Amino acid sequence: MTHWLSKNLIRIYAVLAIFFILLPIFYTVAFSFNDAQKRNISWQGFTLTAWLNPCEPIGICEALGNSFKVGIPATILATVMGTMIAFALGRYNFRGRGTTNLLIFLPMATPEVVLGASLLSMFINIKVGSGLLPVIIAHTMFCVSFVVVTVKARVASLDPKLEEAARDLYASEWETFRRVTLPLVAPGIAAAALLSFALSFDDFIITNFNSGVVDTFPEYVWTAALRGVPPQANVIGTLMFIIALAFVFAGQVLSKRRLTK
Amino acid sequence: MSEPKKVQGDLVLSHVTKSFGDFTAVDDLSLTIPKGSFFALLGPSGCGKTTTLRMIAGLEEPTSGTISIGSTDITDTKPYERPVNTVFQNYALFPHLTIFENVAFGLRRRGIKNVDAEVERVLNLVELSHLKSRKPGQLSGGQQQRIALARAVVNKPALLLLDEPLGALDLKLRRQMQIELKWIQTEVGITFVHVTHDQEEAMTMADTVAVMNNGRIEQMGSPAELYENPRTVFVANFLGQSNFIDGSIEGTDGDNVIANLHGVRIVFPKTRNNANGKAVKVGIRPEKFRLHDAGSSAAGNVLTGGIITDISFFGVSTQYMVEMPWKQELMVFEQNDGGAPDLAKGDAVTLSWEPQFTFALDGTDPSQAK
Repeated sequence: MTHWLSKNLIRIYAVLAIFFILLPIFYTVAFSFNDAQKRNISWQGFTLTAWLNPCEPIGICEALGNSFKVGIPATILATVMGTMIAFALGRYNFRGRGTTNLLIFLPMATPEVVLGASLLSMFINIKVGSGLLPVIIAHTMFCVSFVVVTVKARVASLDPKLEEAARDLYASEWETFRRVTLPLVAPGIAAAALLSFALSFDDFIITNFNSGVVDTFPEYVWTAALRGVPPQANVIGTLMFIIALAFVFAGQVLSKRRLTK
Repeated sequence: MSEPKKVQGDLVLSHVTKSFGDFTAVDDLSLTIPKGSFFALLGPSGCGKTTTLRMIAGLEEPTSGTISIGSTDITDTKPYERPVNTVFQNYALFPHLTIFENVAFGLRRRGIKNVDAEVERVLNLVELSHLKSRKPGQLSGGQQQRIALARAVVNKPALLLLDEPLGALDLKLRRQMQIELKWIQTEVGITFVHVTHDQEEAMTMADTVAVMNNGRIEQMGSPAELYENPRTVFVANFLGQSNFIDGSIEGTDGDNVIANLHGVRIVFPKTRNNANGKAVKVGIRPEKFRLHDAGSSAAGNVLTGGIITDISFFGVSTQYMVEMPWKQELMVFEQNDGGAPDLAKGDAVTLSWEPQFTFALDGTDPSQAK
């Protein structure tokens, strides 16, 4: 018995750990099928009602739309800016490089409540006020840091000899970037973009300070929690989870094909 | 589209210097590499050979001096404007492209038609056309090496640069690739400039070898010339092993120079004297020595009073360490062909060698190698 235990301890541990991680997700998915009346807390029976009418609760799909309205531009802006910064930091030596590296980490290290509160007073002071625009700006700001960190790691692992080889083989600077550098750094950029969108979609604290009267999806759920979260929130959560999973899976397949065919 | 200039001819480096801050990597280098030759730049790491190669490729800009091919000055042109291709150390194959696309890369950038046929032709040359749809990561080191070569050769450059191309291969594969490279060079007739720190590789492949040290060329010549008549201690030690005996020049006798080595008179041809003054370092390769029992007579230059201190059997030859009366140990190789007497440790011996095998270096030559 003790022998069996010592042999399988690592397996048991792994199963428990995975169970621990997946349980809340399983709960979310399962309760999207709950025939909930007022509060989606105890299991009432299986139904497809929520899945067939995902926009039924007032404001839920509008909030989801707002989340996309924020997440997509913030992701694009942060990915473009962050990638450029990552190349600058990973490739070139310039004055203030060390300081820039440090400053990039600051948004990640600063507590979000503090950041959210000060952003609000800043936006009011410079007359931007509240709404989706300040939220987009704020999200871009903190996403840039994550993009820089992710892409910089990829840039650092890129062999400079490959770019030299491309230039040696008659590729101009632009062609070298397009044919060699960009394709090799692309997985890092894609990962950074996905991470940015997830962070933006997920953000509640900074958003809540700056969004004013409009609600994003997390804000909607938060508000709804006071009177009972509708199962439709679980439906949307489940859908987001499936989309994320699809992206990760596609990424895996692609990167495997890139190196083997 | 950047079409490289159609230029042909000898590669000429004229007073090329490259400094990185206070460090001078290449120091006033002038060099002519004839069209169609297999040229090797040989030297220890940090001697400036790779920097020289990178300047020829255009990946590094000379601080001063000019580089030209034939009559075309290419000093200020971009790497992609030069009719020069490089086989990089560790190959630098594009990991995201197939073998076919790797080889086709240069052709496509120049907008050349008939890419398929050209790529197929060089893949056949390196005998790897069956791997054309694979990715570099799926190939062995030797196969990657050949693809790197094919990727450069397919462009028919005026000049092919090889940066330690065999460094990552094991000994057996390296030998095989040395022969293949030499064969491909004769086949395609392109000028090859080969950078290496492996003296054997340089000697077996190149027509002309330039030995570099501290950013300068110490000596240039055919492999045999460099080995038989090195002009500095550095070159003598970098290519094979040598014995050096300090002495002084006493005078001349016809075409010969007479020198005194610790009281013993020896002679060597004037043409082999590289000493500036009286002080001389007399160099003799270990295999040029003949061993005799003490007391027996010997022709040529003769050194008596040696005692054998060590014997190592190498199979094809035997190495003897012989201590001379002035307490210097000399190294002697004897072929195991029955020519040498049966000797044991502690035996008294006489050494002799033919005067024309002597190379006399300047007595103040400070350069040290190995």
